[in-house]
Amino acid sequence: MPILEGQGVNKYFGGLAAVSNVDFHVDQGEILGLIGPNGAGKTTLFNLISAALPISSGEIRFKGQKLNGLKPHQICQMGVSRTFQETKVFANMPVFQNVLVGAFFGSPNRVSGADAAREASQALEFVGLSAMSATPIKDLTLVDQKRVEVARALATKPELLLLDELMAGLNPAEVSEAMELVTRIRDTGITIFMVEHVMKAIMGICERIMVLHHGEKIAEGTCNEVSCDKRVIDVYLGEETHAGS
Amino acid sequence: MDITRFISTHRKLLLVGFLVLILIFIITLPLYAGKSDVRVLTTVLMYVVLAVSWAMFSGTTGYMSLAPAAFFGLGIYTMALLQKELPFFLIIPIGGLVSFAFALLVGLVTLRLKGIYFAIFTFGLVVFMTEIIQFLETRLWQRHGWQIIPIDNEILLYTIFGLVVVTVLATYFIRRSRYGLALLSIGGNEEAAEHMGINTTRTKVLIFAISSAFMGAAGVITAPGLIYVNANIAFSLFYSFMPILMAVFGGMGQLYGPIVGAVIFGYLEKTLRAQLYSYFMLGFGIILVAVILFLPNGIAGLVPTLQDKLGGVIQKLRKGGQAGQHADT
Repeated sequence: MPILEGQGVNKYFGGLAAVSNVDFHVDQGEILGLIGPNGAGKTTLFNLISAALPISSGEIRFKGQKLNGLKPHQICQMGVSRTFQETKVFANMPVFQNVLVGAFFGSPNRVSGADAAREASQALEFVGLSAMSATPIKDLTLVDQKRVEVARALATKPELLLLDELMAGLNPAEVSEAMELVTRIRDTGITIFMVEHVMKAIMGICERIMVLHHGEKIAEGTCNEVSCDKRVIDVYLGEETHAGS
Repeated sequence: MDITRFISTHRKLLLVGFLVLILIFIITLPLYAGKSDVRVLTTVLMYVVLAVSWAMFSGTTGYMSLAPAAFFGLGIYTMALLQKELPFFLIIPIGGLVSFAFALLVGLVTLRLKGIYFAIFTFGLVVFMTEIIQFLETRLWQRHGWQIIPIDNEILLYTIFGLVVVTVLATYFIRRSRYGLALLSIGGNEEAAEHMGINTTRTKVLIFAISSAFMGAAGVITAPGLIYVNANIAFSLFYSFMPILMAVFGGMGQLYGPIVGAVIFGYLEKTLRAQLYSYFMLGFGIILVAVILFLPNGIAGLVPTLQDKLGGVIQKLRKGGQAGQHADT
């Protein structure tokens, strides 16, 4: 059963169609990967789902409820949380307070101070950053800042988590850790929709993959199906092979 | 040798003692000080209200408001228009409410603006207020300025001190609350705050209005001391820039930063202006540039640094002493 559905989703920047007539669905409990070359419209699609950008035409539904016209804070409170490609942490706060913001405001109901603090420390423990609670976030490495973003998103108690290039800029060991983290998040019952360039990660953990190119969806299916698709090899994987050879 | 330990263990007690001393100082000042000293202290306390309430909005959200003069002036004019109709103590909350409502309106329209655009708009707002009031006075009311019936200096001092207490307490509780956390997160990264479930527009507009209410109330209390006001006096941009200068100088990371800045600058402004006319502004400019260059976190930012350094020196001395003892035995 799809938890998130998009029908005929369009986004124009002036005359440019950044996302063009895309239909997609994310099934409950799966890890869906979104790939495509630079400028394919992946982050734009995420921005449309989380309402960072208004949709030009088409419709996105979360658990059957229309998201069009809602504000980002409303979408977060409905149960869709996200991280950012360029980390957007609260630079003026320690790590714990960063996560606390998510715990306090991510729920549609009023959360008590004690509950919020508990949720925040649980989320930090989940990503393995409990020891850093009191550290100013500016002092953390990029990898750890990304993990704080994940913890912050988890503290909002999402049902669907959008991960925007969580693994960009990570070394192989860190990629393995991040893959393990994503799988653990899914195992707690949270559905995951992730944009990623690191093919090893995508192939390793995603059940399904969707490919965007010039704003259009050109393929969708299991890892094997997609990696054998001729158009995908042409526009995306093909480039990689050439670059490698 | 145990002074540092004493300070750290009895921190709360010392703070309460210090506050009680300030309270006694302000309450008893009229008994032994001259009229002019009472007035200086009243002005200083007015600046404390302005600086603290400015930092309440701009210090947390990072939106640079140049509009304190607009809301302060609105308070002064509320007093001018209502002084014969209502008792003084009733006009104070009314002045606050008028500024609150006006800020709510302005905020709803302008808080979509970011960075420099918001600053420019708020600057324009003060100029606009001056012009519109002048227009109303000359064309509609056929007058230039208003006499304000003086009120006893001591009463003004105690009233503004009461407002200082209310403003500081409000800031203290906001900083500790979830609302304060939401404000800080907007200052940290507004887009992320919005995506973490915070209604940023509502949060920003509300704090803008709350901080303006304190400025308006300060305007009402300041008006009687001015005796005569017109649009240029009430909406002087000086009232916009001074609180900013004070808050930046004192440091906005701590609650006491803007207070310290306001006390120092308020006192200097009041005393130097009489002797140096407007040249004192030159000195203020130099100090501000120096602070921004060398103390980006203001005076309050200096405290932890000094604590670290002093602590280090003391530890070294202790260790040196112990080493000396060992050498002796």
